[in-house]
Amino acid sequence: MTEPVNQKRRNFLVAATGVVGAVGATFVAVPFVASWKPSEKAQAAGAPVDVDLSALAEGQMLTVEWRGKPVWVVRRPQASVDALTGVRDKLRDPDSAESLQPDFAKNEYRSLKPEYLVMVGVCTHLGCAPLYKPNAGAISADWQGGFFCPCHGSRFDMAGRVYKAVPAPTNLEVPPYRFLSDTMVRIGENEQGVA
Amino acid sequence: MSEQKNLDGASNGRLLAWIDERFPLTQVWNEHVAQYYAPKNFNFFYFFGALALLVLVNQLVTGIWLTMSYKPDAQEAFNSVEYIMRDVDWGWLIRYMHSTGASAFFVVIYFHMFRGIMYGSYQKPRELVWIIGMLIFLVLMAEAFMGYLLPWGQMSYWGAQVIISLFGAIPFIGEAMATWIRGDFVISDVTLNRFFALHVIALPLVLVLLVYLHIVALHKVGSNNPDGIDIKKNKNEQGLPKDGIPFHPYYSVKDMFGASVFMFLFAVVIFFWPEGGGFFLEAPNFEPADPMKTPEHIAPVWYFTPFYAILRAVPDKLLGVIAMGMAIMFLFVLPWLDRCKVRSIRYRGWQFKANLSLFVVSFLVLGYLGTQAPTPFLTLLAQIFTFTYFAFFVILWLTSPMEKTKPLPERVTG
Repeated sequence: MTEPVNQKRRNFLVAATGVVGAVGATFVAVPFVASWKPSEKAQAAGAPVDVDLSALAEGQMLTVEWRGKPVWVVRRPQASVDALTGVRDKLRDPDSAESLQPDFAKNEYRSLKPEYLVMVGVCTHLGCAPLYKPNAGAISADWQGGFFCPCHGSRFDMAGRVYKAVPAPTNLEVPPYRFLSDTMVRIGENEQGVA
Repeated sequence: MSEQKNLDGASNGRLLAWIDERFPLTQVWNEHVAQYYAPKNFNFFYFFGALALLVLVNQLVTGIWLTMSYKPDAQEAFNSVEYIMRDVDWGWLIRYMHSTGASAFFVVIYFHMFRGIMYGSYQKPRELVWIIGMLIFLVLMAEAFMGYLLPWGQMSYWGAQVIISLFGAIPFIGEAMATWIRGDFVISDVTLNRFFALHVIALPLVLVLLVYLHIVALHKVGSNNPDGIDIKKNKNEQGLPKDGIPFHPYYSVKDMFGASVFMFLFAVVIFFWPEGGGFFLEAPNFEPADPMKTPEHIAPVWYFTPFYAILRAVPDKLLGVIAMGMAIMFLFVLPWLDRCKVRSIRYRGWQFKANLSLFVVSFLVLGYLGTQAPTPFLTLLAQIFTFTYFAFFVILWLTSPMEKTKPLPERVTG
C-alpha cells in the first residue's frame, strides 16, 4: 500500500525550496552583475589634468584627454563672447537650468572666465565629438559659430548651449576646473577639491 | 536503398538498430526530415529559412577560425585584424566570409521576415514561431553590433559609443546603466573585451538555442505556404496531407539548389566586392579607433539604418530611443495586430496590399536615409517615412477585420 499523498505538505516543501532557491540565485547573481561595473583601475584613471594655455591663440581650440573623454579649451575672441546674448531666443536651455556644469559656470558664458571655455567635447545626444566651427556660415547660411555634431546634426553655440529643434537634449557638459595661474588650468578639480 | 528501408521502419542496418535502441535517431530523422510533410507549393521566398541556417553555420565556422588570430585588446585588436588580412594564410578570405556573411545574414533574414508578413505566416497557430523568430532577429542585431566593435576601427568605436549612449536616455538609471554596460566611463579596452566574450560565446549559444526552438515550434504546427491555407485539412487514406510532400528528398534538394545559387552570389561578393561599396565594411573603419576624434559622418552598417533613421527623425533623445524600440516591438505583436482571417496576400483585400507596399517603401527609404548625413530636408523625409512605417501597424489593425478578401481555394494552387 502506498501512503496517501499529503498535498499540503508537498506544496509547502515545493514553495519553500523555490523561495530558498530564488534567494540563492539572487546572491549568486550579485558578483556577475557587479563585475560589469568600472573596475578600480578604470576609476583610478580619472585623475585631474593640467593644461598650459600660454600658446593658445585667440579663436583656437585645444583638446586634452580627461577620464578618457575629450575636453576642449577654447580661447574665445571678445566678439564671440559679445554675440552670446544675441542667440538667446534660439536656444533650448539658455540659462543652463537642465544642463550639467559646476555652479561657477551656470552663466551666459558657461565658464569661469568669459575668455576661456572649458567643456567636455561629447555630444549630449549620443556621445559623438562635435566639431568646432567658429566661423559664421560654416554649417548653414544662418550659422553664427559654435559646435556642430556630425552624427545627428545637433548644434551648439560658442558657449556649448544647445539650439532648439536638434536631437541633443541639454547643453554640453562643463567639467570641474580651476585656474592655477593665468595660463594654467587644472581640469577635474574645483576650488573645493577633486570632483 | 537503406534510406528507403528506414522510411518504412523495417530492416535497419545493424549499426542503426544498435543506435536506435539507445537514441531515437530514426524517429527524429523521420519526424523532422523524411516524414515532415511540407506544402508542395513553396516558392522562391521559402529558400530563406534554409539559407539563414547556412549563413549561421558560415558565421560560426569562420568566427571560430577568426578567434584563433584575433586579439581582443584595445592596443592590439586593430592590428590583429590587419594581421589576419595580410599575414595569415587565407585569413583575408575567412575574414571577408565573416564580415560579408553578417550582411548576407541580414539580407536573408529580411527576405525571410518579409515572406512571413506577405503570406501571414505569423497568424494563428504560428504566433510562437514568429515571436521566437523575432527574438532571433533581436539577438542577431546585438550579435552584429558587438561584432562590429571588435576590429576597433573608428566606426567600430563611435558606432558603439552612439548605441550604448542610447541607454543614457532612460530616465534616472540611464547613465549608470550605460557605464555598467561599458565597464568604464567611455568605450575602452574593458568594453572591447566583454563584447568579445558576448559575441563569441554568450550570444551564439543563445542564437543556436533560439533557432532550435524556432524549428521545434514550426514542426509542431507545420509550415505555412503561399496560399496561406491549412494543408492538414485535406488528408489521404494514410492520414497524410494530400498537398504535402516529405521535406526529404523534395525540399532538401530544392534547398540545396537554392544554397548553390546563394553561395555562387556570395562568392562573387566576397571575391569582387567584399566591402560592399562601404556598406558592408565602412571606410572609417580602416582607421584605428580614436576616442578624441569623431568621424565626419557616422552611419551604422546598412542593416541598422532604417531603425537609425527613425532614431534621428525624432528631435528628442528619449522619444527617439523609444520610437526606435517601438519600431521593432510592433513587429513582435504583429500576430495580434492583424485581425484578418485570411493569411496570404494572394487572397487579401486591396487595403493590405497597399499597406504592405507602403511599409516596404518606408523601410527602404528609411534605410537609405539612415546612411546619409542629416540635412533639414532629409530629416523631414525621415519624419514622413517614420510616420508611414508606424502607420502600417495602425492601418493593419484598423482595416484587417473589414478587408474584402477573395475566396480561399480548397487545395493549394501552383
